[in-house]
Amino acid sequence: MKDWRILPMGEAAVLAECALADVAAANAHAHALADALGTAFDVLPAIRSVLIRFDPLHRTTAQVIAAIEAQIAQLGTPEPPKGRIVTIPVRYDGPDLEEAAHSLGLSADELIRRHTAQPWRVLMIGFAPGFPYIGPLPPALTLPRRATPRPAVPAGSVAIAAGFTGIYPARLPGGWHLIGQTDVVLFDPQRTPPALLSAGDEVQFVACCA
Amino acid sequence: MLRVISAGALCTIQDLGRTGYQRFGVPLGGAMDRAACVIANRLVGNPPDAACLEITGPGAVFEVLAPCVIALAGADLGATFRGRALPPWMAHYLAGRGELAFEGRRWGARAYLALAGGIDVPPVLGARSTYLPGEFGGLAGRALRSGDVITAQPAGDLARRVGRIWPTPPDYAPQVRLLPFDGPVPNVLIAHAWRVGTQSNRIGLRLSGPQIEIDQPRARDSFGVFPGVIQLPPDGQPILLTADAQPTGGYPVIAIAIQADLHRVAQVLPGDALRFVPTTFEEAVDAWRRLQALLASPVEEDEGMALAARAGG
Repeated sequence: MKDWRILPMGEAAVLAECALADVAAANAHAHALADALGTAFDVLPAIRSVLIRFDPLHRTTAQVIAAIEAQIAQLGTPEPPKGRIVTIPVRYDGPDLEEAAHSLGLSADELIRRHTAQPWRVLMIGFAPGFPYIGPLPPALTLPRRATPRPAVPAGSVAIAAGFTGIYPARLPGGWHLIGQTDVVLFDPQRTPPALLSAGDEVQFVACCA
Repeated sequence: MLRVISAGALCTIQDLGRTGYQRFGVPLGGAMDRAACVIANRLVGNPPDAACLEITGPGAVFEVLAPCVIALAGADLGATFRGRALPPWMAHYLAGRGELAFEGRRWGARAYLALAGGIDVPPVLGARSTYLPGEFGGLAGRALRSGDVITAQPAGDLARRVGRIWPTPPDYAPQVRLLPFDGPVPNVLIAHAWRVGTQSNRIGLRLSGPQIEIDQPRARDSFGVFPGVIQLPPDGQPILLTADAQPTGGYPVIAIAIQADLHRVAQVLPGDALRFVPTTFEEAVDAWRRLQALLASPVEEDEGMALAARAGG
């Protein structure tokens, strides 16, 4: 229990946040907790937390916290999620590629090599419909967000920032460093499920030259 | 059946939004003023989650193409049909062709127009709500514009729905009760009136007032948020999240507006003032209980009004 902070979030929600320093481990814990609670509650797992929403006329905050604590006590050390591996072809020609590589002390080719070197975990879908937070990236690929966000980033932009890599599913404002572009459709409201990726999946980026 | 002549500042089709898709990054969405949406629907005999028009500010004008029963709830935007006033919080029979206009802002920001039967657009991800940034739901995922035709699903006996009155509208005092999150509510949030900024929209209200500084930026990895959450971005001016808020956010959260007051938040526009007051968890739950009881209260029939409406006057 010491690894968790449980915070009431208004009268109709509770946030359970895993405090483990390791983001990948905290993410696995959050998803295991969300799965355990998901049959009884409206849960939203994020990078290292689970938001539980409820109707305060049916349950009290104290009852919800007790249910969360009971599940945490049984959690143990969760296995990494068994998601699919999804291949995403990328043209590494983003407008920030050279600058990002320079800031990381790498050549552009070396940045691409490292970005495609292994599959990365989808930790959360958030920010916008279908936007995946993928990672955590190693320190060698970790950059802060751009000082000035762009008002519009093109759909399909592959980007890195703050220890994550992501893909813009639509034209959106954004502060991440754009290193490439994919034609894969990340979100389609007519599809079931609407997002291509789900938390727990792994993404293998592949450089393509088309 | 209505044809849009002018959509005014913003007119969208909304219901009570989408649950179950937040883990794919899809906002809850739906009516900004859920209470008014439910009441408008109940007045015309619809299920509470039927699709309505959300009419923001004055300026919307429609041509009624066929006799229909509508109800109005929420803001009083000076609605008239063929020049005759249509007060909010009741159902009205529109007997044939004519102009339905929302020409003044007497009170509030968003009026809800329910059509008996519910507006007929295909559900997307389980709801008919328009999500403008994602360009889906409602009518082709966009705001209504001149020339659009709005049709209702079959409604059965219209006459039975005419002349209904909602006895007690919700309390729209322009103050919003707050609960703390992970530390006390910053005093400055309570001590000052906040101006609704021009960049406010269905995603959130950008509030302007004194700079808010928090001791420790309570930085977190992005976590789940929802309408009512008050975030503090680096510029020190708070954002009160509303219906179309993204389901996750990374800004520090400094307070939570209680769910029972979100209909108040829906009825302000840029330039209006909003005040916050502290509350307790007990009072928040009690306020929610009272609001739900109000929304479940019986509709009153006004027989005289019904007869007059059926007679066309």
